[in-house]
Amino acid sequence: MAKILAIESASLTASVAIADGEKLIAEYTLNDKKTHSQTLLPMIDEMISRTDTDKHSIDAIAISKGPGSFTGLRIGSATAKGLGQALGIPLIPVPTLDGMAYGLYGCAGLICPIMDARRNQVYTGIYRNQGAFQVVMEQCALDIGALLEKLNGLGEPVIFLGDGVPVQRERIQEELTVPVSFAPVHLNRQKAGAVAVLGAVYYEKGIVQTAAEHAPEYLRMSQAERELREKGVSLP
Amino acid sequence: MSEDVLILGIESSCDETAAAVVRNGREVLSNVISSQIDLHTLFGGVVPEIASRKHIEKINQVIDQALADACVTLDDITAVAVTYGPGLVGALLVGVAQAKAIAWAKDLPLVGVHHIEGHVCANFIEHQELEPPFLCLIVSGGHTHLVIMKDYGEFEILGRTRDDAAGEAFDKVARAVGLGYPGGPKIDRAAREGNPHAIEFPRAHIEGAPYDFSFSGLKSAVLNYLNHAKMRGEEVSVPDLAASFQNAVVDALVSRAVMAAKEFGYRQIVLAGGVASNTALRRGLEEACRKENLAFCFPSPVYCTDNAAMIGAAGYYEYQKGVRSGWELNAVPNLKLGERAF
Repeated sequence: MAKILAIESASLTASVAIADGEKLIAEYTLNDKKTHSQTLLPMIDEMISRTDTDKHSIDAIAISKGPGSFTGLRIGSATAKGLGQALGIPLIPVPTLDGMAYGLYGCAGLICPIMDARRNQVYTGIYRNQGAFQVVMEQCALDIGALLEKLNGLGEPVIFLGDGVPVQRERIQEELTVPVSFAPVHLNRQKAGAVAVLGAVYYEKGIVQTAAEHAPEYLRMSQAERELREKGVSLP
Repeated sequence: MSEDVLILGIESSCDETAAAVVRNGREVLSNVISSQIDLHTLFGGVVPEIASRKHIEKINQVIDQALADACVTLDDITAVAVTYGPGLVGALLVGVAQAKAIAWAKDLPLVGVHHIEGHVCANFIEHQELEPPFLCLIVSGGHTHLVIMKDYGEFEILGRTRDDAAGEAFDKVARAVGLGYPGGPKIDRAAREGNPHAIEFPRAHIEGAPYDFSFSGLKSAVLNYLNHAKMRGEEVSVPDLAASFQNAVVDALVSRAVMAAKEFGYRQIVLAGGVASNTALRRGLEEACRKENLAFCFPSPVYCTDNAAMIGAAGYYEYQKGVRSGWELNAVPNLKLGERAF
């Protein structure tokens, strides 16, 4: 079975993990103020040395590819790209919202991770993970109102998680007509363990990239680009 | 005989993604620069978020190319040097994270390098005899410094700009007269057709700080001149204005550098930074140095622009001094010259 190092830095959470086939060997998660730039590689270093893992035994790097904080994504991405380049191993791009949903299991109904994307938008997706992992709606940037409408239309119970929850909680409770619950604290943020295990599934299917090919998936243009396009300027 | 030291340099502080392999601090085995300038020209200046996105798309290819051009692999590299400041934080972070990951994966020492110290060290590449101490004028888009490089990695700042950097003033004036971005080369080109004495622009002197610079007054004088001409319906000669403005900038830079050389007894002036490729500045310093019987030293344009060979050169001397960065190395957008933030 493949040994996979996973990196998750799409939001304020910094999380790294190693999984080897049936076993999650290590998972290290910080929800603190320090920047990913200061924490991510020291966390990997400590995790690898504590577990006596030989760097060269790692088969692939699973990277939470976005969406999320532009800078956070790039720190994780550049770290993964540098590791992939130096170790000569592929990257497994895991959609961030898929990884979040994968971390919850056995819930009746739908799983809806939401990340705060500001301007009343969320990065979100809709999933089922009871027996088999199923993507009901692929990850996207969506107005919270449109998301809630969609969930009402699906008519099933929903469990929410993610840093969008504290921002949108009231609105969710007011506008949803289906049964709603919120994941408990220990399960409501990104975790690299889920990225590693879901990454292993992708790896077996051959869904990999070279380190050079990989770039984050922002799902949103930069402000400058958006403004220029609104003026009708075409960009390369 | 001691082994060769091969430094892999990585630079991503602004809008150039660059990597280089440098042997023993002075010999460039490869120097790869991927410029984003065409893209940022569409926006009239560097857009930080777009710069950061482009860095991450290009960085692996640029590093691979630098290794291939040097006919080496990562296994041949002695240490990894990376720019960690000053610069655009999001842009810096790409190079820093990438360099840390490579160094960690290959068990190599990591050396964080100051971008401007890199510009100064660019001079070592083509001037094998050059050694500190020397006097250096650093002129770039974001920096205007007059310094003494006392030893490798040690700087004494004699003067700096109080407001705009010289390169910034070039960009703002270029925009005001419709020459566009990037201002430095555009003004330089337009000025070749103009009379540098057509318009007398002011030269700022700062009381009690003879080596400090100020370019915001000059910039305002140019803007006022344009406004007055517009109100009177007079046509402005862009070449004359560009040449006169550039002359005022060059004058301020050259006069202070020469004054410092005399006062501190240096027989040589070293020029560094992106604006060091400005032809009028080179000519002005060259003439002044000839008159004063001073030696004058500057890098080729390819080593004036942001590049990683200069980071490899600076990184080599840091490495030799035993400077090592930890895995917690962060980008420091406002890193001061001579400061070590790790």
